[in-house]
Amino acid sequence: MKFVDEYRDQAKAEDLAQAIARIATKPWSIMEVCGGQTHSIVKYGIDELLPEHITLLHGPGCPVCVTPLELIDKALLIAARPEVIFCSFGDMLRVPGSGGDLFSVKAKGADVRIVYSPLEALKIARDNPRQEVVFFAVGFETTAPANAMAVFQAHAQKLPNFSVLVSHVLVPPAIAAILSAPDNRTQGFLAAGHVCTVMGFEEYLPLAQTFHVPIVVTGFEPVDILQGILMCVEQLEQGRAEVENQYARSVQRKGNRPAQELMSKVFRVVARKWRGVGEIPNSGFGLRDAFAAYDAETRFGVTGYHVDEDSECIAGQVLRGVKKPQECPAFGTRCTPERPLGATMVSSEGACAAYYQYRRHEQTSLAAGRRS
Amino acid sequence: MCLAVPGKILDVNGSETTRTGTVSFGGVSKEACLAFVPEAKVGDYVLVHAGFAISVVDEAEAAQTLEYFRQMGELRELEGKP
Repeated sequence: MKFVDEYRDQAKAEDLAQAIARIATKPWSIMEVCGGQTHSIVKYGIDELLPEHITLLHGPGCPVCVTPLELIDKALLIAARPEVIFCSFGDMLRVPGSGGDLFSVKAKGADVRIVYSPLEALKIARDNPRQEVVFFAVGFETTAPANAMAVFQAHAQKLPNFSVLVSHVLVPPAIAAILSAPDNRTQGFLAAGHVCTVMGFEEYLPLAQTFHVPIVVTGFEPVDILQGILMCVEQLEQGRAEVENQYARSVQRKGNRPAQELMSKVFRVVARKWRGVGEIPNSGFGLRDAFAAYDAETRFGVTGYHVDEDSECIAGQVLRGVKKPQECPAFGTRCTPERPLGATMVSSEGACAAYYQYRRHEQTSLAAGRRS
Repeated sequence: MCLAVPGKILDVNGSETTRTGTVSFGGVSKEACLAFVPEAKVGDYVLVHAGFAISVVDEAEAAQTLEYFRQMGELRELEGKP
């Protein structure tokens, strides 16, 4: 496929890995903040291609993983109602709440449907006027325009039976929280290419300056990621802390303006709780007052629900790059993708699940190709 | 979750917030919302996420990156490395 295959080329990947090895004179720790990149890194063994003193840390870049337990519980409560058709992206269905997951609610007879786009949920609402259709609006900035458009169109089409359970999070406040933590190990960041496709990268300039960290906007294919790492290591070696753009074929400095305009019509910035991390101020989106009628939490009376999170799961430390998945005593034993303790083991983009899937079987690894 | 796949626009329908198009992903065609890429036209490559095109792929930038990689490869050959 054009714009995909050429960025999975093994020779190019090896050239980049060698270039990194040539210039890296000191140990450096670089964090990616996108679950898609985490998945690519572990799947293709990108970390194993790098010199040993370059460490990749896997940040809180998976929206499924950072959705707080209480919001999953709210989803379960709403989905179990007989009048509700609950629509969600597929990866949310196995995320454990305190009492089961969306699949288990579905198994008990609830109408839970997987959709590819929020507009499908809107169509379901039009086709089922006697049912309440609720869409689980999770995601980072990449997904926010799509979810905003669903709410905007529901309003324009006067669909009274559509609402959204919003759990939208934003990347820059999470980066600030990671860098402000006393146990921070991260020295450079790969910013998420599709988040920046929507938002641009100007909001990262003050972060790079304030915390003196290089930030490289990076794509998702192995060659993209290796080039992003090379650019980041170059900056670290030269003592620079700038925002650079590896993913220029998609990302412009100011991002996608029409998408941003619609998002700001529908959403406002609010404090959000991140699973395993806690509440971060100004770190997510909630519905604006003009669209408050589409808020599923109010419509189904679950606003005041709070719950504490499991103590054995170290997902919070994994998400902040303080620990690697294998350092968890429950990894692969009491916590597996079939019986997950935390969300990082659930989503294929979660660091624990990626390590479980690829580090136990060593499948399509570029590093394995190099060794043979 | 933030996965977006590049595809080629085959046709365009509607306008403004209901602007849609058929996008071909390596031969598989799907309908996508084109409201956020008003400049996109038939034949352009767009990155599609959750049914929405979020950018038009900049072919000149893509070609420049590939040229950079090609030069790296030549460098490797000049250095006589495998």
